[in-house]
Amino acid sequence: MSVGFALLGLLENGPAHGYDLKRNYDERFGAGRAPLHYGQVYSTLARLLKHGLVEVESEPGDGPDRKRYAITDAGITDVADWLARPEKPEPYLQSTLFTKIILALMTGRDANDLLDTQRHEHLRLMRELTRRKTDGDLADALICDHALFHLEADLRWLELTAARLDQLAEGITR
Amino acid sequence: MTDALLTAHDLRLRFGETTALDGASLRVRAGEVLALMGPSGSGKSTLLHCLAGILTPESGQVTFDGDDLAALTDAARSALRRTKFGFVFQFGQLVPELTCLENVALPLRLCGVSRREARVAAAGWLERLEVDDVAGKRPGQVSGGQGQRVAVARALVTRPTVIFADEPTGALDSLNGERVMKLFTAAARQTGAAVVLVTHEARVAAYSDREAVVRDGRVREQEFAA
Ligand SMILES: Nc1ncnc2c1ncn2[C@@H]1O[C@H](COP(=O)(O)OP(=O)(O)O)[C@@H](O)[C@H]1O
Ligand SMILES: [Mg+2]
Repeated sequence: MSVGFALLGLLENGPAHGYDLKRNYDERFGAGRAPLHYGQVYSTLARLLKHGLVEVESEPGDGPDRKRYAITDAGITDVADWLARPEKPEPYLQSTLFTKIILALMTGRDANDLLDTQRHEHLRLMRELTRRKTDGDLADALICDHALFHLEADLRWLELTAARLDQLAEGITR
Repeated sequence: MTDALLTAHDLRLRFGETTALDGASLRVRAGEVLALMGPSGSGKSTLLHCLAGILTPESGQVTFDGDDLAALTDAARSALRRTKFGFVFQFGQLVPELTCLENVALPLRLCGVSRREARVAAAGWLERLEVDDVAGKRPGQVSGGQGQRVAVARALVTRPTVIFADEPTGALDSLNGERVMKLFTAAARQTGAAVVLVTHEARVAAYSDREAVVRDGRVREQEFAA
């Protein structure tokens, strides 16, 4: 979904070929992700075209590589709307971890072990992101930091839960 | 683990009624950055102080390079702290009357290095920590982040084998904290110094190679490899 908006955003700077869009996308938005496939670029552009968000300025010669894409007014409005819309927060990880903790307490296992194990796993990923951030440019740093703050939030919640384990255990075994 | 540089074995220490350490054991390898994590009051700072020979446990043993710290004379222990250990605390603890350059040069002066030589080395470390511009200022005239980077430079200037850092970014905002950690760990790795880093912040611990979690005066997971 966001690939379409990213391509539209790139087109706000001026018309471009599919190839340049892919390269620009990988350069600006690709940090920490696999490069876009050409197939995905062209299928996305086809969708945008169908919805009237881009238009094609054809050049002599055939094939998709010859086509230059330009954003329409509707496309610009679409980008603006998307930017103005908040994203839905996703608390799915917490609910999985919560289920695990309750289960551990219910079955008489040490929930502290579970928390330490999860912290270890989180930190493993956080170290990797930190390395990537330290070696990379500003765009890498921004994307890695976003992930790092989210992982940190998970851990802070875990730590708070750990501090409340006794209280939690009482409520469950009773 | 045969390559342990610094070890704590079954440390116990009480403060009056409070049991701060209750059988804490830990191994620190040469050159590694080890994060000591855990809730507030769990005994992290106390463990750090025992490892550094600042506090003496009631029972248990701390060894550095094979030597039992308790078996050393007071003079030998302070010599060890001066030459092999470096320290960074939450609030820089720089000498307010000295300039930043003089603060960094001080540990070398205490080791008998000439004034000139100490100042040259200090200037080099200030540059590496990207605070050479505050060399002539007093600690009261610099920002928190700059002060902590000066403190890191001071810890590194003697080329210690171990640096003990207790919440070194605890008083800083995210951006300044990141900058301190990035420069600190890069410099420590370059010199081969081990770092024992007390922190409760995961983003700070993410600069480490490995973490150990302290809870209720004990180390819960000492062998989690990075
Ligand atoms: N000098 C002291 N006098 C009395 N109690 C202390 C002293 N130092 C630490 N404690 C207590 O020992 C416990 C462990 O403290 P500390 O090692 O500072 O924990 P942490 O660094 O993990 O927050 C806490 O309950 C603390 O209140
Ligand atoms: Mg402490």
